[in-house]
Formats: sequence, structure tokens, C-alpha cells
Amino acid sequence: MTTVSFELTVNGRLRKATVPARMLLSDFIRQELALPGTHVGCEHGVCGSCNVVLDGKAVRSCLMFAVQAEGSEITTVEGLARGDDLHPIQQAFWEEHGLQCGFCTPGMLASAQELLAENPDPTDDEIREAISGNLCRCTGYEFIISAIRSAAVKLREADTETTLQPT
Amino acid sequence: MKPSAFRYERPADLPAALALLGSGGDTRILAGGQSLVPMMNYRLARPDCLIDINRLSELDYIREEDDVIAIGALARHAAVKSSDLIAAHLPIIAEAYDWIAHAAVRNRGTLCGNLCHADAASEMPAIMQILEAELVLSKTGAQRSVAATDFFVGTYETAIAADEILTELRIPKPAEKTGWGFEEVAMRRGDYAWCTVVATLQIRDGQIASPRIALAGVNACATRLGDAERALAGQSPEEGLFAEIAQDAANRAEPQESAASDAEYKRDLIRALLPRVLGDAVARAR
Repeated sequence: MTTVSFELTVNGRLRKATVPARMLLSDFIRQELALPGTHVGCEHGVCGSCNVVLDGKAVRSCLMFAVQAEGSEITTVEGLARGDDLHPIQQAFWEEHGLQCGFCTPGMLASAQELLAENPDPTDDEIREAISGNLCRCTGYEFIISAIRSAAVKLREADTETTLQPT
Repeated sequence: MKPSAFRYERPADLPAALALLGSGGDTRILAGGQSLVPMMNYRLARPDCLIDINRLSELDYIREEDDVIAIGALARHAAVKSSDLIAAHLPIIAEAYDWIAHAAVRNRGTLCGNLCHADAASEMPAIMQILEAELVLSKTGAQRSVAATDFFVGTYETAIAADEILTELRIPKPAEKTGWGFEEVAMRRGDYAWCTVVATLQIRDGQIASPRIALAGVNACATRLGDAERALAGQSPEEGLFAEIAQDAANRAEPQESAASDAEYKRDLIRALLPRVLGDAVARAR
């Protein structure tokens, strides 16, 4: 099998594909699915720009073949906002100036999503550890850390509101 | 930066995977892919065929079997890092993971795959040697067990044969009151080690017993320091002795140079880190 056919779910939508087995997941997302928000930086697993959330875990999409994601659920940066409403993590990056050029941002958002899903109230050290595999050449990281700290507050508040709403 | 074409196989069980391995050509096992895929992206590796073992859920476990912690080929670094069994019995592994890769890589990469890759600057090959782990290599109709000290042959070179898969890592639980130490210097946490020193030992009647020491990031592959171990065994733990042993280990090392860390610097690191590691191990053994 040098060509493979499979299905997977990306941003809530079922997608079917027939591609060469050697196609990286990052290239598949950008080229076959036309979702260029996932950025390709180093293509050898160092920079973290291509991180996406696969079945709840942040992964390097340049270090997986697309066919390996068969049956998985992937969230890319395009899957975060609801229409014009930014996701709370995106809103926090916006408010706290957590980006300048924006190249690393989709990967940062993927790492932040996994962190905050597993640890709703992280310390600054835990935030630093979570994004230690994502390189940013603009911000000096401090504003990204502020943004994730702020996003944690937003998500906890949103969660409280949801819980308090009558079902 | 794109891999060359290959035949992709995704067997449903271990016998099917083993059968595929015998089919010849440059066939590689794809587990976490966090070392193999970068090498393929650079075309340093151009396998004809990849056997993806990610659906072999029977190999995804970390379990206690009497005096051994058994880790299957598909156990991800993230699972080992957060395992209660590992924290309880093998805390040196939990500590080392603070220095190994980053979250997204640990989510996919496997401990057994890391050992098979056998990078000279990788921490786990050194740790498995001092823990005296056994590696279970399976092929169709047969299985053998290789001691970690015999498994690592050179840079990217192991004792595994072309028709074998490393299916399980078996780590004996250390004896009661085994002290351990781990020290590393790297450009940043998660990067390749310039020098990692690890040790375990016990204290019996005030003297060092069963010392085991290994280095990573220095020689062509992770290495046990037999001379240092022999010099320590039966001695009282004293800083002067540790410094002497570290000096001797530094003299014997054959450091692989890199742009960021030359041979003399690596010898300095051995002299600095080895006494610290032994001091920590002694403190934890008491």
C-alpha cells in the first residue's frame, strides 16, 4: 500500500481521503483539507508550529503520517472559534498580546488546549513546561504565559456558568 | 523535507506484524515515530516498508509482575512519566522525564522505540543499563531476552535483528533503600544531553554496595562505568573518593564532540556531575 484510503474527523467534520502513505499529517491538513492555519516550521519535530490536538492530546502533525490519524478526531486552529466569537484561549491571546507575527500561535493554542483541559488552574511553571516544546521568536514568551494564565480564568468562569445554568 | 515513498502496513496483531518483518528489504517498525519520522523527513532513513504497530493495543501496558515492572512496546512516554507504578518503584525514570523531549513528543513517542533508536545523547539507554533491565525481542516462533548492557552497541546501533521487534521492557524493582542520582546538562531541558550521569547504589554497614553508574551524551552510546563501580564498591562514601573516581571517568571517556560542547567541556561535565550524582544517591540510600 503506497496509497491509502481512510476517514477521520477534523474540526467536527468527517473527511474521507485517498493519499500517498508518505503524506505527513501536516501536509494533509494544509493541502488536502485546505486548512492552512496549521503552520509548518521545521518539519522535524522541534518547533511545535504544526501542533494539533488529536484525540485530546497535542501532537506534532509533521511527525505523523496522515494515514495514522484514521478514525481520530483532530482539532486545528480553524476549529476553535464559533463564527466571529473567538475561543476563550484565542480571546486571551488577543487581549494579552500573546502573539506578534502569529506563526507559532496555532501550535501554542494546541498545547494550551491540552494543558487547560487536564489542568484548569496551572502554575506559571506548569504553563512554561507545557509550551516548552513550542518555539516563539517574537514575544519572549512572557505574554504567552500571561495569555494562558488568563485563558485558564476564562475557561474556569465559563465552566462555572455552564454548571449554574438550569438544564 | 518530505519522506520518500514506502509501502505502509498496519497489522492487526503481533503475529501479523512479525510475519511482515520477515519479508525482506529495508523494513522498519513505526511506533511513536518521533525519531524515525524526522529521519525520514531528512531522508536519513528511506525504508521500503513501514510496519505501523500503533494498533497493537496488546503492547500498550505498564504493569507489575512480582519483582518486575513490565512495559509494553506501545507504552508512550507520557504514560510512563505519569505512571503511579513508575513513581513508586522507579523514581529515577520519573525524574529523568523532566529532561526528555516535550509534551507533544512524549504524547506519541514510546519508551521502547526510544531504546531501539539508541541515540547516543538519549537518557533512557543509560538508565536501563543501571536498572539492569531486560529487553524482550520477539520474532516469529521465538523470543529472546537481552540485557540492556548488551543491547546498546553503538550510535543508532543495537543488538536487535532485522526480523525482531522489541515487544517488552522488563525492569527489576530495585532493592529496598536503593539510592539514585540523575544529573544532566543540555542546552535546554528536552534537548539532547551534552552529558547525563545516572547512578544507583545501596549503603550496607556504612559502605557502598552494588554501585551502578552510567553516562549518556558523551561516548558513542550510553555506557556503564565498570571501573568507577569497582572503585566504589565496599568503600565509605566520601567526597574525596567521588572526585577521584570522577577524574578517572573523565580521563577514560571518549567524548563525541558537537559544535556546542567539545571533548574537554564534556570531561569537565563528568568531573562536575558524577560527584553530585553519587552524593544524591548516597543521601537517598540512607
